[in-house]
Formats: sequence, C-alpha cells, structure tokens
Amino acid sequence: MNKLTAAARSGWSRGLIELRHLFTTPQDLVAFLLPNVIFMVAMAFLRAVPTGAAGLSIGTLMVTSVLGSNVCFSGLLTMTQALSTEREDGTLLRAKAVPNGMLAYLIGKVVMITGATLVGLVLVLTYALLVFDEVAVPGPAGWLKLAAVLVVGLFATMPLGAVLGSVFANPRMIGFASMPIMTLLGVSGILYPITVLPVWVQWIAQAFPMYWLGLGMRSALLPDSALAVEIGHSWRGWETFGVLGLWAVIGLALAPAVLRRMARRESGSSVAARREKAMQRIG
Amino acid sequence: MDVLDVRDLRMRYGSTDVLTGVTFQAHRGEVLALLGPNGAGKTTTIEILEGFRMRSAGEVSVLGVDPARGDEAWRAGLGIVLQSWRDHGRWRVRELLAHLATYYVPYRTPWPVDELMARVGLTAHADQRVSRLSGGQRRRLDVAVGIVGRPDLLFLDEPTVGFDPEARRDFHDLVHQLADFEDTTILLTTHDLDEAEKLADRILVLAGGRVIADGSADALSRRMNTAAEVRWSRDGERFVHASTEATEFVRQLFAQHGTEITDLEVRRASLEDTYMALVKGVESGAADVAVREFEEVAR
Repeated sequence: MNKLTAAARSGWSRGLIELRHLFTTPQDLVAFLLPNVIFMVAMAFLRAVPTGAAGLSIGTLMVTSVLGSNVCFSGLLTMTQALSTEREDGTLLRAKAVPNGMLAYLIGKVVMITGATLVGLVLVLTYALLVFDEVAVPGPAGWLKLAAVLVVGLFATMPLGAVLGSVFANPRMIGFASMPIMTLLGVSGILYPITVLPVWVQWIAQAFPMYWLGLGMRSALLPDSALAVEIGHSWRGWETFGVLGLWAVIGLALAPAVLRRMARRESGSSVAARREKAMQRIG
Repeated sequence: MDVLDVRDLRMRYGSTDVLTGVTFQAHRGEVLALLGPNGAGKTTTIEILEGFRMRSAGEVSVLGVDPARGDEAWRAGLGIVLQSWRDHGRWRVRELLAHLATYYVPYRTPWPVDELMARVGLTAHADQRVSRLSGGQRRRLDVAVGIVGRPDLLFLDEPTVGFDPEARRDFHDLVHQLADFEDTTILLTTHDLDEAEKLADRILVLAGGRVIADGSADALSRRMNTAAEVRWSRDGERFVHASTEATEFVRQLFAQHGTEITDLEVRRASLEDTYMALVKGVESGAADVAVREFEEVAR
C-alpha cells in the first residue's frame, strides 16, 4: 500500500509539473487558449441571434454547451494525443523502466488533464457570466450539477481516450481520430439547438457523451425557459448521468487491459522502429 | 548468487531464430560488454533481461528473479539507459531527475540529485530544458536517468554515441566508479571495441544467435591465435611480418641477423582483429569450429 501511495504521489507531482509546463510553454499555451478564444469571439457575435426558445440566443446556448464539449475534447482528444505521441517519443518506455512508472504516468495524465479542463472551464464560465445576461450565477443545486457533470464527464472520456491512444500507434493518425469528434461537435447541439436536426441524426448524437455533456452544462446554467429547444422539453438528468456513466463503465472496463497490452509491447527496439518510420515519412 | 544467469536462452520470431541458445553468467560488480554484428540478437537479449520482451525458451535469472515475472521491487534494482529520444523535452534537467528519483524512494535510496548531476557533468545545465541539450549532454542525462535509483544491475545500450573524447573519458571513469565502489553489475553493448576493451572485465561476442566467445579481451586475442605483427629495422630499412608464432619468428630473426636488428616491435592482435576473425568465422558457417576452438583454448 505504501508503494502505491508513493506511486500516486509521484503521479500527482508529475501532473502538476506537466500542468506548469502547459502554462509556461508559449506554444502549448497558445494551443490551449486559441480554440477557446475563437469560440468566445464567435459567441460574442451570436449574442443577439435568437433560437426557438424565448430569451435564448445562439451565443448563450453555445457558451454553456461549449463548457460540456470542452470536457469531451480535453478528456478524449488530449488523452489520446498524449498517449500516442508520448509512446512514439519514448516517454512511456521511460515510465516503464522505473518502478510503478506506468501507474504514475497515468495518474499524472489524469491530474494534468483534469487541471487543464478546470482552468478552461473557469475561463469560459467567467466569460459567460460576465458577458451573457441570460447566464446567471448558479445556485447550490446548479453548482452541484455542474461539478457532477464535470466529474462524470471526465470519467466518461479519459479512459476512452486512453483506449484510443493505445490503439493508434501513430500520432499522425490522430487527425483522423479527431474527425469523428469534430463531426459530433456539429451534431450534438453545441453550436445550435439539436432539435433543428433530423431525428435520426439526433439519435446518433445521443449515443455519444458530447451531447449529454453539453446538455448537462446547459441544465446547470440556463433557466427552464431554454427547454423549448431541447429534446422532449426536458433536461433529462437521469438519462444524462445514465449515458455518461455507461461510457465511463465501458472505458474503465476496457482501459486497463488495453493499456497493459500496449505497455507490454513497449521496448527500446519498438520505439526505435517507430521513430525510424517517422523519419522516413519526413525524409 | 549470480546477478545474471542465462542458460540456453532462445528467441524465435515467426520462423526466424534470433537466439539459438545463449548462455552466460555475471557476478556482482562485473562489467560485461556484449559485442556482435547488427542483427546478432544483442538488443533482443538485453530486452529479455530487462523484462521488456518475452523469451521463447530457456532459463533466465536477473537479480535472482525471472524477468518475465519481475515485480516493481525487482524493477527498482535495475538501471536502464535507453537511447536518446525527444521525450520530456519540456522538463528541466534537475526537475526530471528529482522527479524520477521519487519513484525509487519506497525501495532504495536514490542519488541526491545535485550529486548525481555533478557525477555525470550536468551541473551547469541543471535548469536547462531537456529539449535544449546538445546530443552529448542529452546522453549524459540518459545515463543519469539510468542510475538515479542506484541500481544493482545497469544496462547500457551504446552509451557513448555522440560523446566527444573528454566526455567519453569521463563516462569511462563513471562506469569504473559504479562497478568498483557501488558494486554495480554492468552489461553494455557497443560497437566501439576500444571502449569494450577499456571498460569490460569480460567480453561476450554474440553472433549467429549465440555466444561465440566469452572472456577477457586478452584471453580472446590469445585464444583466437590471430597473427601478431612483427616490425623491425635492418640496414636502415623497415620490415613488417605477420605471424601466428611471433616468439619463434623473432628468435629466428635474431639467430639470422643478430645485432643488425633494431627498433623491434611485436604487436599482439587487437580486440578488433580478434573480433573480426571471430565474426567472419561465424558468417562463413564455421561457427562450430570457432566455438570448439575457443573451448579448447579456454580449458
């Protein structure tokens, strides 16, 4: 137990160090801020564009929904990307070469991604509260809902991201992996109300975490008058936690085995071989 | 108990046999150099010992444990110097070493970071980002990462690639210190035969999937019976002659010319000559002969 505590402590400090690197390395900081800034500018322009619901603008819908889609992006894509690139650059092998290194590495990633997600959330939420009149400071129940959606959302996305990152050996494949996620962004009611889409598209969107993350965040921050543009005119709290919980269960069930299999295959020669292949592509 | 005990290790990928029966031992504080042409199975052997690769057959004991079943406490006793990659580029040197040291704390006492950096010559770069290090500095960091947990057994895969002569000398001193004062057993692979000769107590030559020679550099060159080079001057003229019976040749030389001989030099075959002769023997299919020859001489 003492050894696991030590690994957890190493992982925790690893996560904090990586978080510090994220906010002190200019190119990382730009990559982190840029999508948020673009969204925030777009939302500002859409502040007055009405939706079907009384008093709800597209901008307001977006600014609350993006809080949810951001969780999906950072949990899923950041994790996938990290595992895939750090497998190629040898970070994972180095973790494997030290005692409990893989465990600490994963804990570190969870800490880093959770931290980065929180910072992004605070940023966009502050902006939403300051700029959008329809978004009011939530009461205790709203805060609780927001925190619960965040936590369950991270559980639903990070293990899944770890599975995908283990499957995609080549970080340049991540571009392809992110395409379905971008498509989901378009159909999950993040950028406009989902109810304007054909019903079969709505069903596809409802199978994935992104829609439910957006819905959960809206339910925590928007008044009930916004329900006019939601499916079934309901926030569907149980369904939200049901679907997100299911994805969490699937991810957590798959991740250990997939990660172990990936870790087992790491060796000096496999990293060298991947690097050689990457070099050939460049050269 | 031997730190390393490998018996009849075999490895097969599909229908290709990479290792066909590797056997060797190493005891505490010994420095072993593993030599062999590319594709001889050096990396495979080391990866099996590190627990990174499953073997096909044979018995392997590393620090008294089968690496296929080694736990984290076992891993804490190993030091692995990996090749330089682009990993941890955003970390600073001290930050990374201090962080990696924490992993060993439940098991052993890691090096104090400042002392470790001084040992490998990175003190001046302590606060530098890893991505900004030069090739040689990066290699020193790889070595520091490998030894931060004060391992009982250290694997060094081509450790001095990219080192200038001074860094190489420093590194050799470090290896000697680790072996002599810390009782670290060291298994290194290298293509630099001069380095192998300087560092290793014993040299293993791997070719054709097995160990074709095992002994000190000196013993190897004796046993291979490679021709020595005899040089001398007579009447202001320089002569060179290669002979496997150098002593006898020189005796006859003096018998014939007496005091006319000056500037006599007899040079035993270098490890490189021995190595080339060994490896060529294997490649031409004469492995069995070479091994038998070796066993006779070793006796």
